[in-house]
Amino acid sequence: MQRFEKETGLVVPLDRLNVDTDAIIPKQFLKAVGRAGFGANLFDNWRYLETAEPGDTRPRRPNPDFVLNKPRYKGASILLARANFGCGSSREHAPWALMEYGIRAIVAPSFADIFYQNSLKNGLLPVVLPESTVERLFQAVEVTVGYTLTIDLRAEKVLAGDEEVGRFAIDPFRRDCLLNGLDDIGWTLQQAAAIRDYEARRRGEAPWLFAQDETT
Amino acid sequence: MAKTLYDKLWDSHVVRELPDGTCLLYIDRQLVHEVTSPQAFTGLRTAHRALWRPQAHLAVPDHNVPTKDRDHGIADPTSRLQVETLERNCADFGVPLFPMQDLRQGIVHVVGPEQGATLPGMTIVCGDSHTSTLGAFAALAYGVGTSEVEQVMATQCLLQKRSKTMRVRLEGTLAPGVTAKDMALAVIGALGTAGGTGYAIEFAGSAVQALSMEGRMTLCNMAIEAGARAGLVAVDDVTLAYLDGRPFAPRGALWDQAVAAWRTLVSDPDAVFDQERRLDVSTLAPQVTFGTSPEMVVAIDGCVPDPVKEADPARRDAITAALRYMDLKPGTAMTDVPIDVVFIGSCTNGRLEDLRAAAQVVRGRRVAAHVRRALVVPGSGLVRRAAESEGLDRVFREAGFEWREPGCSMCLAMNADRLESGERCASTSNRNFEGRQGAGGRTHLVSPQMAAAAAIAGHFVDVRQLV
Ligand code: SF4
Repeated sequence: MQRFEKETGLVVPLDRLNVDTDAIIPKQFLKAVGRAGFGANLFDNWRYLETAEPGDTRPRRPNPDFVLNKPRYKGASILLARANFGCGSSREHAPWALMEYGIRAIVAPSFADIFYQNSLKNGLLPVVLPESTVERLFQAVEVTVGYTLTIDLRAEKVLAGDEEVGRFAIDPFRRDCLLNGLDDIGWTLQQAAAIRDYEARRRGEAPWLFAQDETT
Repeated sequence: MAKTLYDKLWDSHVVRELPDGTCLLYIDRQLVHEVTSPQAFTGLRTAHRALWRPQAHLAVPDHNVPTKDRDHGIADPTSRLQVETLERNCADFGVPLFPMQDLRQGIVHVVGPEQGATLPGMTIVCGDSHTSTLGAFAALAYGVGTSEVEQVMATQCLLQKRSKTMRVRLEGTLAPGVTAKDMALAVIGALGTAGGTGYAIEFAGSAVQALSMEGRMTLCNMAIEAGARAGLVAVDDVTLAYLDGRPFAPRGALWDQAVAAWRTLVSDPDAVFDQERRLDVSTLAPQVTFGTSPEMVVAIDGCVPDPVKEADPARRDAITAALRYMDLKPGTAMTDVPIDVVFIGSCTNGRLEDLRAAAQVVRGRRVAAHVRRALVVPGSGLVRRAAESEGLDRVFREAGFEWREPGCSMCLAMNADRLESGERCASTSNRNFEGRQGAGGRTHLVSPQMAAAAAIAGHFVDVRQLV
């Protein structure tokens, strides 16, 4: 997993409620069996005027009205979003696509649960700020070309220049993983003995849960 | 201390708790499909890891499979690669698989229960958000991302935090023609698509107890559309009767022992939930969505709402954008909205009971002339065979429906079954997001009866007038 400590970057505003994962990365691109290549199809239906299937190499016209295509937001690494961002399917392709496009943090009033977890597990930082703060940020981005923010994970603060614009909280365990770039599997395998103990106890209480293992 | 059903399920699966409340949670069963698993298997290979408990897994291809001419294989090369990749991975890692040609193949959330592979008291995950379906069995079941799929494969555990609990009591008796789907849509309409975020929702009350397991699965299936990762229903005789004799369910003395344990999987009478809701469903009308989020729902005797009347500016914008996408005018009666396509299927409504209910409306009638396509896609091969043995396939075919082979099909249009841009569909699936059933397609979520009635009339109608 990619480490996350501090990110200073250009902010791109996506002013829509309930942005779902079908919109973030449409289903035809989920047929890939690898983890790479999704960035080009991030927000595909909104970003391009023509639709495409995987493997299409025809050139497509970018939709000039879609915010990510506006020259002033080119190179943005912080996505400013509205409530319930990432709702819908569990596809981890959504954070993969965002990361590959260059987004490192998303600031929103709320996130859908599965998307939130998936993001944390990929080093994409979901930052929850109060609705009123997010509203203020949308206004600031609108009027300031080149508006940047700094997300400081260690301090759990969002800064505009030196000014603190908001504070957020991430579970300490998750924060440690992000700061150190640790993944869950490595950590969990260190608990192998505890897992075996649990299984032994559980096998006594609920043997039917292990019946299939014996059939092999 | 009195516990909710969720607390009981959670507490019995904690391997270790960390100081910040994060728990190492043991997972009893993982269901696997072709779309969200390849990168997980690759991760295992790269790290030279095996599966912790291969037999705790069950895999089936569903999202990409064609629903006709299967004997010719999968025409789309990218879909074929994904399905073949699943087959190879399962063979290499020893994961039990029902391949496409197996009679037991179907949508993962239909197959699991049908096989008795999803039992009360289990923790169950799958790389698919509609895993919430399986909470109907008093199991803690929810969707995970691919990193977590890999983690369960490698360790049989996940690192999770406890959810908050919500109980939604649905009381009263449903009118004929009104179903679990309508209850689910009404609950989402009341809670909003984010109302359940951070919660596990237990569905309780007389209207839930009266449901079959199929109906309870429909209800829990859509818990995720209210933002809740997990839906739950307590164990009762209906649960046990459904499971008895299923291939993966325990038998003999083990069954009796299991039943004794399962009987305790109910919320204690004085258990406290973080939130309680109540809905009387006796007067509930069939529901139909008008927008691009499942919360944008009205009763069939209602009209397309006017965004101007919406006080919250963000919601006003959302509804305005949705009506533009859906090409609907405020004030239009829902019964005046014509349709082009009908889709009956999906993990929400692709079970035998759903097909029976739709067939009852269709029997002896014809699909309206202007309806371009009407599809029935059974949720699994076993559902298909059971429906055929009752003659339901004939009922549908004679009315002008296509009778297909099982899979996700037009629920998300990853295979060849999809809407053309601008087409309007009465669909029994669970998501009406922009482009969900095909780029530019317009989806209205309804029950199987309502979809069948719309197919016959060529526009939405109140199925209560037909049954
Ligand atoms: S039927 Fe639809 S919702 Fe269900 S698993 Fe398949 S794609 Fe997902």
